[in-house]
Amino acid sequence: MSVLFVLIGFSLVLAVGFLAAFIISVKSGQYDDEYTPSVRILFDDKPTKSSSPKAKS
Amino acid sequence: MLVGVIVAFQFFIPELNFIEQATFGRLRPLHTNAVIFAFVGNGIFMGVYYSLQRLTKARMWNDTLSAIHFWGWQLIIVAAAVTLVFGITTGKEYAELEWPIDIAITLVWVVFGINIFGTILTRRERHLYVAIWFYIATWITVAMLHIVNSMAIPVNLFKSYSLYAGVQDALVQWWYGHNAVAFFLTTPYLGLMYYFLPKAANRPIYSYRLSIIHFWALIFLYIWAGPHHLLYTALPDWAQSLGTVFSIMLIAPSWGGMINGLLTLRGAWDKVRDDVVLKFYVVAVTAYGMATFEGPLLSIKSVNAISHYTDWTIAHVHVGALGWNGFLTFGILFWLIPRLFQTELYSRKLANIHFWLGTLGILFYVVPMYWAGFAQWSMLRQFTPEGILKYPNFIETVNAIMPMYYLRAFGGTLYLVGACVGVWNLIKTTQQGKFLANEDAEAPALTKNYETHSSEHWHRWIERRPIQLLVLAFIAVGIGGVIEFVPTFLIQSNIPTIASVTPYTPLELQGRDIYVREGCYVCHSQMIRPFRAEVARYGDYSKAGEFVYDHPFQWGSKRTGPDIAREGGKYPDSWHYNHMDDPRTMSPGSIMPPYSFMLENDLNTGTTEAKIRAMQILGVPYPKGYDKIANADLEKQSKQIQASLKKDGIETSEKKEIIAMIAYLQRLGTDLKPDAAVTK
Repeated sequence: MSVLFVLIGFSLVLAVGFLAAFIISVKSGQYDDEYTPSVRILFDDKPTKSSSPKAKS
Repeated sequence: MLVGVIVAFQFFIPELNFIEQATFGRLRPLHTNAVIFAFVGNGIFMGVYYSLQRLTKARMWNDTLSAIHFWGWQLIIVAAAVTLVFGITTGKEYAELEWPIDIAITLVWVVFGINIFGTILTRRERHLYVAIWFYIATWITVAMLHIVNSMAIPVNLFKSYSLYAGVQDALVQWWYGHNAVAFFLTTPYLGLMYYFLPKAANRPIYSYRLSIIHFWALIFLYIWAGPHHLLYTALPDWAQSLGTVFSIMLIAPSWGGMINGLLTLRGAWDKVRDDVVLKFYVVAVTAYGMATFEGPLLSIKSVNAISHYTDWTIAHVHVGALGWNGFLTFGILFWLIPRLFQTELYSRKLANIHFWLGTLGILFYVVPMYWAGFAQWSMLRQFTPEGILKYPNFIETVNAIMPMYYLRAFGGTLYLVGACVGVWNLIKTTQQGKFLANEDAEAPALTKNYETHSSEHWHRWIERRPIQLLVLAFIAVGIGGVIEFVPTFLIQSNIPTIASVTPYTPLELQGRDIYVREGCYVCHSQMIRPFRAEVARYGDYSKAGEFVYDHPFQWGSKRTGPDIAREGGKYPDSWHYNHMDDPRTMSPGSIMPPYSFMLENDLNTGTTEAKIRAMQILGVPYPKGYDKIANADLEKQSKQIQASLKKDGIETSEKKEIIAMIAYLQRLGTDLKPDAAVTK
């Protein structure tokens, strides 16, 4: 059953990674605004006919 | 913006169907792999490539990587389809693909990752919408699961043995298997839901705060739920309990997603009446809610005792696959394709027909399967007042639920017909429109929100650091973990806990590989749970120590046929010979496919040496240098079985595959036979 330790190790790494990501994302202000993002996605940029900005790659 | 990768998806929709019975053992892995990796996989990529660019307001980071990703993935699917029907398989559910394809998957997945992280890092919208968080979690976790579970020692190009054995292999497999459901079928699709459902309804998600909370809760909890696939097996109790507890907790974040999706439509239900896309979404989200309610329920041990190994589980997964994944994909396609082709949907009527065919198809599939699962379970555990099994013959229970199988096939056909109607509708739509491969993005080069930028390059890097940190930290620690742990448990795991359990003989090993090749595990379990009915029917319950040489484990997850963990010695060799030739001669009414080709095909003994060596690397205690003399032992045992068959009037060469198969079947569970006799 020693593989359990491997899996727990991996799972913990992942969970702790997610926790770190969560804390960092909160601290960096990702979640300061809990309303605008949900509305913003509804507005797509209208494709412009005239300009054809070379898409950044 | 780039959306060129999208159109070819229609090719894969017909994959989503029910399967015929012939050579079921090979087709079933093909079916599951096609649904998961071809249909859902391409659905994920389609949705991510479309939504990510709009959410980040940036073009995909690298068009070449997009193309490599697309064609690489399709090649993998083709390779999977070819190898699986030829019996090239690892024998681990949903991870059947052999090691060269596994490596290809890893590479393509990395390409996909570089592309999406590149896009995220060069984004022009600082805020990461919740869908993107789902995509990130998906990418990282799938990468980890795939690599850990696919660890194997290759024998040759087409064959490898799992690094893990028995109980350990089972645990790793279902840790992977459950999280494949979680992070391949669930989190990416939730991300898609968070983009495409508000878009189609044209209103913001019900609660953005809820979406954030349920995202983090979901990914924290899911990774621990795997052992609920192994309840009442030889897995240690505490690991089972851990899986149960986390699975039950999962109801909260899962329903958070469902509630958020459905409540987005509050005040907009009139739109659902008219808009077929929303109809698909409503059924999809409802199916998600039902499946995620059922999941925790099935993780309770007493409920799991019913569902495990029966058709209940089949019903459960099809609510998820047909309802949640299927209908969300169809909804997205019906919304997306007209937009990409700058036209209207060809026929709303046909789309409605598709919707109803699909919905009825799901019901006709799922309801009979619930019924079948419950009915069969009830029959299998019936005892007469005298205390003996009321239905001692497993086939009686199969025949009793046969009408349910007909209904299931009918439901599957309905669903498939619906999908075909949908594909035709979409093709017609594409024909009447003009494909817009690249939308000119209007918002070029957003100015940075930070006032200082040009001179402070390092600052920008820190600003983007969460993701890089996540990836780098994970890779760093992951590699460390592998180096530290793998040798440790490789050595530990090979200490047999039961003295009478010995490694397979070369002939049995070859027979076992045929067993794996034919996918016998998809219908026959090798795991007797400690229930009175199972012990009375199949023999003494299975112990963890019996499986230490099983690379891979073959416990199975569904009993379409009886358990064969203690098959050895139950029947004479000739019974197996005739049974493989035509199962119905030995068991009237059996629905097992005939395997008469095993009577014809010669056993390939050229691989024996390499197989023994691979097993030695894995720590199976064959004597040193045994690989050289293994074939001599193999021939000796073959001759014995040939002689035993001859006694019963069957003349056959000792070189046929059937001989190895019989050797393996007669070995099953015999290690513990003497003890069992004593306790009786």
